[in-house]
Amino acid sequence: MTVDTMAAIRQTFFQECEEQLSEMEVGLLAMDEGNADSETVNAVFRAVHSIKGGAGAFKLTALVQFAHTFETALDFVRSGKLHPTADVMKPMLRAADVLADLVEASRDGKEIDESSYAAIAAEVKALTMIDGAEEVEEVIDFQPTVIDFGLPDLTPEPAAAPVHDYRVGFTPRPELYANANEAVLVIRELSRLGQAETTCDVSAVPDLETIDPNGAYLSWNIKLSSEVAIEAVREVFEFVEGEAEISVEADGQPEISDADIAALLAQALGSAPAAESEQASNVTNAEGPVQSDPVQPEQVASETALPPAQVAEAVKTVAVPTQTTIRVEFDRVDRLINLVGELVINQAMLSQRVIEANFAGSSSVIIGLEELEQLTREIQESVMAIRAQPVKPLFQRMSRIVREVADATGKQVRLKTDGEATEVDKTVVERLAEPLTHMIRNAVDHGIESPEERIAAGKPPEGNVRLSAAHRSGRIVIEITDDGAGINRQKVRASAIKKGLISADAQLSDSDIDNLLFLPGFSTAATISSISGRGVGMDVVKRSILALGGRISISSRPGFGSTFSMSLPLTLAVLDGMAVSVAGQTLVVPLTAIVETLKPKKGEIHGIGADSRVMAIRNTFVPLIDVGTQMGFREAPADPEHSVAILVETGGGARNALLVDSIQDQRQVVIKSLEANYGTVAGIAAATILGDGRVALILDVDALVTGSFEDQIAAAARYGTEG
Amino acid sequence: MQDVSSSANSANREFVAFRVGAQEFCIDIMGVREIRGWTPATPLPHAPAYVRGVINLRGAVLPIVDLAMRFGLGLTEPTPRSVIIVVQVYQQVVGLLVDAVSDILTTSEASMQPTPDVASDLAKNFVKGVYAVEGRMISIVTLESVLPIAAKAAA
Repeated sequence: MTVDTMAAIRQTFFQECEEQLSEMEVGLLAMDEGNADSETVNAVFRAVHSIKGGAGAFKLTALVQFAHTFETALDFVRSGKLHPTADVMKPMLRAADVLADLVEASRDGKEIDESSYAAIAAEVKALTMIDGAEEVEEVIDFQPTVIDFGLPDLTPEPAAAPVHDYRVGFTPRPELYANANEAVLVIRELSRLGQAETTCDVSAVPDLETIDPNGAYLSWNIKLSSEVAIEAVREVFEFVEGEAEISVEADGQPEISDADIAALLAQALGSAPAAESEQASNVTNAEGPVQSDPVQPEQVASETALPPAQVAEAVKTVAVPTQTTIRVEFDRVDRLINLVGELVINQAMLSQRVIEANFAGSSSVIIGLEELEQLTREIQESVMAIRAQPVKPLFQRMSRIVREVADATGKQVRLKTDGEATEVDKTVVERLAEPLTHMIRNAVDHGIESPEERIAAGKPPEGNVRLSAAHRSGRIVIEITDDGAGINRQKVRASAIKKGLISADAQLSDSDIDNLLFLPGFSTAATISSISGRGVGMDVVKRSILALGGRISISSRPGFGSTFSMSLPLTLAVLDGMAVSVAGQTLVVPLTAIVETLKPKKGEIHGIGADSRVMAIRNTFVPLIDVGTQMGFREAPADPEHSVAILVETGGGARNALLVDSIQDQRQVVIKSLEANYGTVAGIAAATILGDGRVALILDVDALVTGSFEDQIAAAARYGTEG
Repeated sequence: MQDVSSSANSANREFVAFRVGAQEFCIDIMGVREIRGWTPATPLPHAPAYVRGVINLRGAVLPIVDLAMRFGLGLTEPTPRSVIIVVQVYQQVVGLLVDAVSDILTTSEASMQPTPDVASDLAKNFVKGVYAVEGRMISIVTLESVLPIAAKAAA
């Protein structure tokens, strides 16, 4: 196998792992909520099992071992020996986190120190030690040929239901073992359904000389008396379908003749000529021709290099896609989006030209244009939808953060999520992860009180954090609500005064105080802790939200908790902007930065220093930035009385007035990269293409503001101590 | 389009020749994506004088380098008949503003002569060799050094 194909299969495996992990997480959370129906438990088991199977093929020993431990515990839940109570689910959820870590580490080729998760592994393992029960492989005593799997404690109570007799033929192929499945587990599962009489056929085992250690030579015939339907019997083989010859027949049907079995065996052997598999010999404990050391199945699997088809099959047999999807490279979608953006611009250009050319009288041209416009818009929406993905995976990650922080702080917290199916552009989802993580951490660490404090306040000991997403007028609104103590405004105020962020006699409304949390330099001391004290404050959160073209606000009720709400664009490919004219050029100011627009009056503009000006806005002086001179479009500063001032707020909360010649309109623009062919330009965030086909530049308000006035007194006063 | 191949060498290469002021230059045709007319460019703030700004090339933002300015021959006064040669160098696509495209040359590597040893910055920095074609001297432009990479470093 070439290195390339192997790498490609590996990549596919890890992509599948992502899906399995998310399915597992969904299932576990449902179980934790008390919805442990057999379908859910099976889905979780299947997910872990298939990760184990694939990992075995890639010799990821640590991952296989941990998955095996986890899987065993899940199998106990599946078989009803373990009930998914809170005490059971807690280690399970943490095991899921470890599994995700191990998958990630394996993907990146990193090592995870086993000691870091040994405790969780032990805890999960302990779950399977209940009532003296141990991993069953070690308990079952196998006879060379006839095996009775009717373990007394596993046999269902004799019931009045009619008993069917089934004849089951089971001939594993080498793939079954190679995919880290075990014949014994299947037979055990089968024996749970009723009274089973199992016969092992060893006639196909060849001589020692010709034996292939990776081969499969054993087959089983099971006579099963059970009250379950034939479908239930077939279901047992769900995981090994395609990896074994399986026949299930109800008695009364023609029995399987020896010839049939011989034919089946011949078929199985035909696909893999050679010898007894090590697992099989281990399982049957036969005095067989192979005297190998007892080898754990996962190790065998890991020593077996699989041809691509089998790996693909191993992954495929378990993944049950609910919807048909295709994987497409991100680049291709991006290219399509660019082209559609171009189509939109072209269509706008065409409309403009037609109007200019005075075709307006011709109604057929106008109708055609309108149809084109509608089509273009629909195409644009559909193309954008390709990149859209639900926020669900992101929200799932947050449940892990909640668990971790709650564990570290000794709090009891439950995360509830709403609107997980809400779709946003992939780029937005990706860039939301960090600020969201930080806010969730904050909500648990600072928002939710300790169980004792909660009880003292007359609340249940378990706190709630609610994470919700919803579409609202073309934007996505994400809210994080906790039912904790709310913001301690006195403390916040005192802290802000101490840090010099506000003056001691400042008159601030409650919401003004809440918003102090977003000031750079606020979170440095006082609120530090092992979890959130990573030198990242809410100012950073706010900045990343603003960078996404979003807004964030807080509302808090002392004693009842706080809500952080974010309003974000659905995509980063378009931006709401205000088109302005400066020295004959059209520039776009992102709407999210704009507070208001003003017409400067005589006397409102004051000079400060050699070439700086400020503008008086309701008794405060705001630095005035002449965009024309800043951009180098003209030498002499513009006359404020013939200009428009745009009051903008930066990510840091600083306010400035931008002086432009005039405002054209407000519009949505398609963002185009300047970096690709040129490079970054100070004060410019990106470019866009206007209806007339010309390029317009989008202002980077933050850079423009901080680059021009950092040495001014106003800035120093505003920022106080360093953030 | 005339063929002026000087040898039957298998390593024949095609060049696009163009005029900048009174001088003739050429670049390898493999680097040329298209040739188009001049459209007014949007000026970029804080850009070097030889960067005329950016234009829209079917949805991509294309920086325009005024080759005359770049070569120290003074600013080009673009007219609707001015030509932009769109070139690709590695991942970067850039438009070169020139006065006119004059020729497509087929010539071999072997017939390239070293740049005459003159004191000019143009010769030293942007020309990797010259061709003699029917009594004309055509300088081969080093594309890599023409591009406005400086802008990246400045930001």
